[in-house]
Amino acid sequence: MSKMTDFKEKILQSIKKVDIPILVIVLFLISLFVLAAFTSVSITGLLNDSLVRIGMNGVLVLAMLPTIRAGIGPNFGLPFGIIGGLLGMLIVMQYQIMGPVGFLIAIVISVLFNLLFGWVYSWLLDKVRGQEMMVETYVGYSIVAFMSIMWLILPFSNPEMVWAIGGRGLRYTLTLQGYFDKVLNNFLRFKIFGDLYFPTGLMLFFALMCYIIYLFFRTKAGLGIDLVGQNEMYAISSGVKPKVARRNAVILSTVLGGIGIIVYAQSYGFVQLYQAPLFMTFPAVASILIGGASIKRASIANVVFGTVIFQTLLTVSLPVLSQVTRGDITEVLRLIVSNGMILYALTRAPKEAN
Amino acid sequence: MEKNVKSRIKSVLLNNIVPIVFFLLTFGAVLVAKIPPLFLLSEIVRRLSRNTFLVLALIIPVVAGLGLNFAIVLGAMAAQGALFFIVDWNVTGLKGILLAMAIASIISVFLGWLVGKTLNRAKGREMITSMILGFFANGVYQLIFLFFIGSLIPFSKKEILLDQGVGLRNTVDLYGIVDGALNNILVLNIKFINIYVIPILIIIGLCLFITFLLKTKLGQDFKAVGQDMHIARTAGIDVDKTRIIAVIYSTVLAAIGQVIYLQDIGTINTYNSHEQIGLFSIAALLVGGASVRKASIWNAIIGVILFHTLFVVAPSAGNRLFGQPQIGEFFREFIAYAVIAFALAMHGWRARKAKR
Repeated sequence: MSKMTDFKEKILQSIKKVDIPILVIVLFLISLFVLAAFTSVSITGLLNDSLVRIGMNGVLVLAMLPTIRAGIGPNFGLPFGIIGGLLGMLIVMQYQIMGPVGFLIAIVISVLFNLLFGWVYSWLLDKVRGQEMMVETYVGYSIVAFMSIMWLILPFSNPEMVWAIGGRGLRYTLTLQGYFDKVLNNFLRFKIFGDLYFPTGLMLFFALMCYIIYLFFRTKAGLGIDLVGQNEMYAISSGVKPKVARRNAVILSTVLGGIGIIVYAQSYGFVQLYQAPLFMTFPAVASILIGGASIKRASIANVVFGTVIFQTLLTVSLPVLSQVTRGDITEVLRLIVSNGMILYALTRAPKEAN
Repeated sequence: MEKNVKSRIKSVLLNNIVPIVFFLLTFGAVLVAKIPPLFLLSEIVRRLSRNTFLVLALIIPVVAGLGLNFAIVLGAMAAQGALFFIVDWNVTGLKGILLAMAIASIISVFLGWLVGKTLNRAKGREMITSMILGFFANGVYQLIFLFFIGSLIPFSKKEILLDQGVGLRNTVDLYGIVDGALNNILVLNIKFINIYVIPILIIIGLCLFITFLLKTKLGQDFKAVGQDMHIARTAGIDVDKTRIIAVIYSTVLAAIGQVIYLQDIGTINTYNSHEQIGLFSIAALLVGGASVRKASIWNAIIGVILFHTLFVVAPSAGNRLFGQPQIGEFFREFIAYAVIAFALAMHGWRARKAKR
């Protein structure tokens, strides 16, 4: 009898632990799948797209983890890292390095750039402790606008990259066809059944990145980041330098942002320049929050779960809802879901602190 | 004595570093761009009468310690929503303007109350929360005006709806409805420069109103809450309520300001007008020397003049310097963001220094 009530209590508690918005989103997702079953939408097609988009966005979401753990909050300055990634890809394209080698070299170059960017960026964030989220957002916007000017005047000359007329200034989107278009997606890709394919390389890469981060948080540097995020005083007394720990977190996040955009671009098949980096940040922040993270704590499980839920939601809603309404409602849905989730996280945090 | 003067000059320069640097930048751009001075002057006068009201809407939340209210875009959305229906009902001229302002204000009181409630739950993080609130509201706005209007919400003027009869077009023309309805009541013409008297009188009225408001009991409460919430609470001020009132004022003023702005522009960019307004108003206020914790009417006016002068001349300056007008456009966008980033960074830096 008492076991029974214990069990009940446990279930009730675990339900209470789940945030209501997340519950709503999951229920909405399930109902979309039910709706899809009644329409002519191909479910395997939806699953295909979902799998690809999960792998495509995963690393960008993972980039949110280190800064949240260090107590800085989600990295709203993700464009910093993305710019590093873009530079890596552009340099590879300029020298016309084709295939998987190009992909790897792009990652290496982006990491080198982002070690530097992350270092500068962490110095700035340290100066403005307490106001990081706002400063991050606007520094991110500024750097994107600044780089827009740079894309126009940097001396790239590959005719596939610059405007046909005038021969100067990079185009808005560059195709990766012939370079490293879908190298991860097609690596060891196999058929599950029917039209359903598994993008093995993409998933393996995401899993590998998650595993590396998992391992990193078991090292001394990683544990230091955790400690600083949980209790700065305690961290100092156990010999961790908060400044260094936070710097490590910011640099790691920036590097992951760069790798993330390269993975995204190879799957999408295009490199998007100018305003595009701006639209990467908020969905990534929302994803990790949907996965159950708050602005003060997060785990790799949050990253994976959140990416799966959010990307599946976006993939499924487009064809299903377009049967009900006219026009593309997903863009609006994404705005509402992602910002609603961030809003929820921002307004709930003080209670957690108590 | 001399040392004292020197250090005072230094502190004045440091405290006004943003307007000074911006002035030099703008001045340089004007010289490079070689725009006819009369044209430039007429543009500035026009933009002053168009934009200042919106920038003034930001002052009260700064005084009340909420920082820069990025959620003024909600007021702007309310104004646009009201104007769509004014167009639909065909209420023309001054009557249309007044009706739009009235409807927008009523919606904004409610929206402002919601924003205030939300911001009270995010103390210490008001700015980022108000910004995300703006994005969130933008989603709801698009849902309403792209998917509900014409389907769930009846709308009779089919020509401003999309082809399927659901959702508004990208631009809604106010011509023949309320286009210039305030501007054209009284126009002073001095040497090709048109001065729209009524909007300027309204702005002067608002300046007086804000000055007066800050001297009342409520205004003193705003200041007390803005300086220190705990002390204000022990002094018997209902902190949460005061903050909500400050936000409501700001939202309503933003709604009225957006109506003034749009009647001057003449067309509504259905899905963009409100977004730009938030960014440009905040950037203008900061350019005028305001900070996250201090803002005055003069900051607003100087800011509008400086910021919009650069805005007018940046494309031609970019063209002259680099041969590409696009560079000028990106540059002014960069400036808008960078000014905000700089002001926020200064705020964070000072707050951190004060804590030590």
